[in-house]
Amino acid sequence: MIMENSNPKSSESMIELQAVSKVYGTGSAAMYALRGISLRIDSGEFVAVMGPSGSGKSTCMNILGCLDLPSAGTYCFKGIKVEKLTRDQRAVLRRSYLGFVFQGFNLLNRTSARENVELPLIYRGIPVSVRRMQALEALDAVGLKGWELHTPAELSGGQQQRVAIARAIVTKPQILLADEPTGNLDSARSREVMELLTRFNRERGITIIMVTHETDMARYAGRQVHFIDGYIDNGHQQGEEA
Amino acid sequence: MFWETFFLALREIRRNVLRSSLTILGIVIGVAAVITMVTLGNGATAQVTANISSLGSNLLQVRPGQGQRGPGGTRSTAKNLEVDDAEVISREISGLAAVAPVGSQGAQAIYSNLNWSTTINGSTNAYLQVRNWRLKKGREFTDGELRSGRAVCILGDTVREKLFGGQNSLGEAIRMGKLTCRVIGVLETKGQSSFGSDEDDLVIIPLRTLQRRMAGNKDIQQILISAKNGVSTTKVKEDIERLMRERRRIATGKDDDFHVMDMQEIVTMLTGTTQVLTALLGAVAAVSLLVGGIGIMNIMLVSVTERTREIGTRLAIGALEQEVLMQFLVEAVVLSCFGGITGIIFGLITAQIGARVLGVPFIFNPGIVFLAFLFSAAVGIVFGYFPARKAAQMDPIEALRYE
Repeated sequence: MIMENSNPKSSESMIELQAVSKVYGTGSAAMYALRGISLRIDSGEFVAVMGPSGSGKSTCMNILGCLDLPSAGTYCFKGIKVEKLTRDQRAVLRRSYLGFVFQGFNLLNRTSARENVELPLIYRGIPVSVRRMQALEALDAVGLKGWELHTPAELSGGQQQRVAIARAIVTKPQILLADEPTGNLDSARSREVMELLTRFNRERGITIIMVTHETDMARYAGRQVHFIDGYIDNGHQQGEEA
Repeated sequence: MFWETFFLALREIRRNVLRSSLTILGIVIGVAAVITMVTLGNGATAQVTANISSLGSNLLQVRPGQGQRGPGGTRSTAKNLEVDDAEVISREISGLAAVAPVGSQGAQAIYSNLNWSTTINGSTNAYLQVRNWRLKKGREFTDGELRSGRAVCILGDTVREKLFGGQNSLGEAIRMGKLTCRVIGVLETKGQSSFGSDEDDLVIIPLRTLQRRMAGNKDIQQILISAKNGVSTTKVKEDIERLMRERRRIATGKDDDFHVMDMQEIVTMLTGTTQVLTALLGAVAAVSLLVGGIGIMNIMLVSVTERTREIGTRLAIGALEQEVLMQFLVEAVVLSCFGGITGIIFGLITAQIGARVLGVPFIFNPGIVFLAFLFSAAVGIVFGYFPARKAAQMDPIEALRYE
């Protein structure tokens, strides 16, 4: 159904939202979270998604992450119409192409860093020995060599987020979706995390879409997309592309 | 993938050792109860069968009244048997080794200042032959004693023990009701019967003595018959039935008002009783398995709620619904199988101890062990399914947001 590891450097658009709306509730109680937004993100971009709470950016991220479906409009991911997929098909899409980093890290408690990183590989059905090696490589890449056997409780917030990033990139995803990755970290740790993300974007060509409140963090991105009241605020678009 | 899930389940269980052990307690108790009950029940059945076979497989019993009644059952209104019946049976029917008419009465046996309530059986020497019983001391009745109804008796070992203790009993006079009689013999010890009663708790006196000096009538309660070796008891049984119908003038088509049981029938009846008992106790134990299953469901629901964020994370990074379902289902099944195995071990230990205490053989029944294990696994599947499905169907967005 979905081919893994097609060429990440392809120039065609990776993500294309067209007139996407999301409505919660029906009738007079209907509440629009997204009001017909269109957004195109190309392979290798680093996009910061900004906007106040309730502006629709989280909803947009959920749709981009194939966790949620639009009420109207189309979401084309590498040419695949996501809204036509079943729940399990979307799960396969996520495990094949996407990596997730959350504000609250969402690591498994009482589970070592290495095993946390191995988790997505388990669902890809990768054999233990290969998996272990790949997990160690990913932890090395985020600068956590030597911390493999520590559990989240034994790691600092910054280290936990780096484990989470290792977990997201261990599958060699084409897109990394980060939902306020620095939201729970102090500024020094935040910078470390952002430098890490920038490096993966540059060196590995991973497309990164990151939600953030902080303009400091958004500066690391090549492009900023601002959400207001369910619309994309075009006046605010900055960066290489408008 | 299966082993991944299995080890994951093991780890989750190990994380909450106390909670997990309390959860499986219901299953442990249920399985242990089933194993214990069934093993002891099988032991009891085997013992009953063995005891009865030791009486001799060629034993038959004629009693008045219809249908199957256990030994010591209630008296019926049917016409009693007479000594003549026994005589006619022994004369008319071929292939018999011995025929013993037996009259019974409860009485208190008294010697000096000691007394003991026991059963007085009036019969002949054939009684000893039929029951394959030897004397430990003394002698059997003489023909003269039997014919004229002398006041002599042979004691069962329990009665001897209660009245005489370590003293010599032969030649002493004991009193039973109005009858005073001299002890001429003591029976060998037989121990407990299959029905739990003491076989050695009896006094044998000549039938005529019982009829004349205690009962005051000519009735007998049963006729014990042993067929010669190699003679079919089924055929003998049929012959006796035909003869008895004739003697009691039962019209064709009417039911017998007496009953002839051969050993096969007695075995069936007694083992039937213990089997019903075993089944009943097994059913009670099965209920506790059900309760155990509900315990597992409860704790799995708690576990699913506790791990909502974990489930959300797993779903987000690409776990399929069925993979999450399997994770929790396997966890429930591993839990309940642990309970099952622990229960089997406990049950076998308890059964072994119980068998020793009750004096029945310990019979290991691999069938029931296997069944108990399967059942506990099934409990895990049935009661783990609902919580597992709940986990699998979570909305990853909601689950990730869960505090």
